[in-house]
Amino acid sequence: MNKNVNDWLNDHGDYLYRFALARLRDPHQAEDAVQETMLAAIKSNSFEGDSSARTWLTGILKHKIIDLQRKHIREQPLSDLIDLDASDTSMDDFFDKSGHWLDKPQTLDMPENVLEQKQFLSILSSCMDKLPAKLAAIFMMRDVHEVDNENICKELDITATNAWVMLYRARMGLRKCLEINWIAG
Amino acid sequence: MKLMLTCKQASQIISQSLDNPLSRSDRIKLKFHLFICNACTRFNQQLHLIKTAVQRMKLETENDTTIQLTVEAKARINQAIDSKQH
Repeated sequence: MNKNVNDWLNDHGDYLYRFALARLRDPHQAEDAVQETMLAAIKSNSFEGDSSARTWLTGILKHKIIDLQRKHIREQPLSDLIDLDASDTSMDDFFDKSGHWLDKPQTLDMPENVLEQKQFLSILSSCMDKLPAKLAAIFMMRDVHEVDNENICKELDITATNAWVMLYRARMGLRKCLEINWIAG
Repeated sequence: MKLMLTCKQASQIISQSLDNPLSRSDRIKLKFHLFICNACTRFNQQLHLIKTAVQRMKLETENDTTIQLTVEAKARINQAIDSKQH
């Protein structure tokens, strides 16, 4: 077993690291996730020779990534949570009292291959960095890691309403940021 | 049941549609709203674009073999593995 786990790190460590980095967007957290996965692999006896080690390790890693995201979200200051309860008011920032857009979403001049463009992805990436950490984490969980809402609620111990409010605010913020920076760029 | 959504309501339903299938009534109301509202139609397209784009970014990171654990990180993790096993 001893040899196996060190070998696994050599054979699959970089793959697992990329998998984690793609979902956590933080090199240190991604390293932690790989380490936690390896340590969990030592303890676990559930590896069956008929699934590949990589598939098995990736399964463990997925849970470790969610653990880290949950920790990250829970570490946010309490004031943020209180702010979340008052979310109805902050959602009004985008609309007037009768529910009309204060600033209508603009047509973004997007070429067909916009997703191939480094500039577009780098603007989006910097917009994600600007989101409040808690919103960024739940957005990553949902839209990047593709955890469904029901499991997000379970993992974070929040209500379905809280989850959708947070996702809504994250998406509203991202879209606005993208609009401002894409047009300016 | 009101057929007309405000833009605020429409934007909320659009966000929800990225997470769960909409109810029949929400689907109809949204379709109707998008038919008459350019701003929300753009909003809808842009939210979908953002979702596609972040998925693309994920795949690019996953497939970029130049991204590797640093030698230091590997050493640290190997050490953690060894200390757990002795």
